[in-house]
Amino acid sequence: MAQPKNGVTADDVKKIAKLSRLHVEADRLQPIAEDLNGILAWIEQLSEVDVEGVEPMTSAVDMAAPMRADKVTDGGKRDDVLKNAPKSDDGFFVVPRSVE
Amino acid sequence: MTDLTKMTLSGALDGMAKGDFSSEELTKAHVDACMDGAELNAFITTTFELAMDQAKASDARRASGEVGKLEGAPLGIKDLFCTEGVKTTAGSKILGDFTPTYESTVSANMKADGMVMLGKLNLDEFAMGSSNETSHFGPVINPWRNGEDLVPGGSSGGSASAVAADLCLGATATDTGGSIRQPASFTGTVGIKPTYGRCSRWGTVAFASSLDQAGPIAKTVRDSAILLESMAGYDPKDSTSINADVPDWVGACGQSIKGMRIGIPKEYSIDGMPADIQALWDNGIEMMKAAGAEIVPISLPHTKYALPAYYVVAPAEASSNLARYDGMRYGLRVDGKDLTDTYELTRTDGFGDEVRRRIMIGTYVLSAGYYDAYYLRAQKVRTRIVQDFENAWESCDAILTPTAPSAAFAVGRKVSDPVQMYLNDIFTVTTNLAGLPGVSVPAGLDQNGLPLGLQIIGRAMDEATVFKAASALEDAAGFTAKPEKWWV
Repeated sequence: MAQPKNGVTADDVKKIAKLSRLHVEADRLQPIAEDLNGILAWIEQLSEVDVEGVEPMTSAVDMAAPMRADKVTDGGKRDDVLKNAPKSDDGFFVVPRSVE
Repeated sequence: MTDLTKMTLSGALDGMAKGDFSSEELTKAHVDACMDGAELNAFITTTFELAMDQAKASDARRASGEVGKLEGAPLGIKDLFCTEGVKTTAGSKILGDFTPTYESTVSANMKADGMVMLGKLNLDEFAMGSSNETSHFGPVINPWRNGEDLVPGGSSGGSASAVAADLCLGATATDTGGSIRQPASFTGTVGIKPTYGRCSRWGTVAFASSLDQAGPIAKTVRDSAILLESMAGYDPKDSTSINADVPDWVGACGQSIKGMRIGIPKEYSIDGMPADIQALWDNGIEMMKAAGAEIVPISLPHTKYALPAYYVVAPAEASSNLARYDGMRYGLRVDGKDLTDTYELTRTDGFGDEVRRRIMIGTYVLSAGYYDAYYLRAQKVRTRIVQDFENAWESCDAILTPTAPSAAFAVGRKVSDPVQMYLNDIFTVTTNLAGLPGVSVPAGLDQNGLPLGLQIIGRAMDEATVFKAASALEDAAGFTAKPEKWWV
């Protein structure tokens, strides 16, 4: 498999955490790297399986994706949608500034 | 009057039909039992007032001749199913104050059938765990004890504990890698995961969408069939819902298994299998033979790769599904210095250790450069596992295995290696990967007096055979042990 010989490094954890939108304290990077490497080393045994010419399984159910008419069937529930918002105002979600 | 909480669901439905007692009386008895059993921590939210109102309404419906499949039965709902107007947390801080404005299809089906809801049952956070110890709301305690507090298994630990302790007549649960069957085995209850697609996933908090499937935990095989008949059914709101009628599964219970071919997979005899588990399995084989089944040795050669494949596929899907928890539209928000900081603080504070770990594994295996090596390969291994079962079905009609590699273990057992915890699902995870139905039936006690389950796996859509075999096993095993009531 393409896993680097040294496995996941502290720098990799920093990158993964960023992609995952998780905050990891600097002193936790190495322990998490070791944790992930333990799991990845165990997953490594998948490389023993002969998968030559095998199609990846993409659906757990043996059926074609169902089609439906392209019609609006639901909606008009603004208050329901906003009901659990951490912050809302005048029918809108209020979020931190994202455009400077 | 006899203790109504000792009844089976089937017995209670009959009792109400005969007018022996009302739903109000039955529900009151269970509310009292739930209050007595508070220290089991099986519930995250109780809805006793709602339950009493629903019970009265049910009695009124019955008086007017309207009787649903679950009419007046007090049940518990795993806190992963959204319930309109009732807090739904998924065992997570990030959804700690989330109150849905809609009802999951599964619980809606049960409501339409007359269910009385006692409350929302505890679980591992986002259903990720095998001991119910990752819940933000604290671990669930197994009513079975061995000198110390034991876990009920997970992730449906609250469901299993509540049913085993007679707090409710049955409960909903979900199973992504074994989360219905392993807790059922740990608590001496029956749990069935149906074929993927039988129960709608709509309104159920998502963990790994290609593996998640709802099912019941119940006191008997027949009770589990009654519950599943209500929970299952086609739902256009879930594009993977199977458009097929729900068969008469209750009718399948108790039918003869004479001539049924039961496969015994040699790969399930794992290294270091406890003698109790091997003895239970051997005994199960003898019981099925005595009931008229033909025992067939089979091979599922890729079994050992199922769990590692699962720990690629499930975290990958989880990392995608859990991206929605960003603190903007619902759930917890922790304000940071800018938008990205708010995302990161929210998710770091809102998710527990195991959930964060799986999100990071999932993100890693899906990231550029690793996708083919991990995710694509795991999906191909998954195909291999499906092929194993397809080959097996040529020589057998159902498969008998142990449910879990151990009995319930102590709460707080120090697990430094996450892989050790993952191994709990070694016998159950194959059916999730292949989408097959599997049931755990209590079949005996280990040398410490703790319950152990055996699993029956069937062909896709053939729950009828699974129920038939499970009820034959249940009859033969004659498992009647109950935990001694130490709580209150």
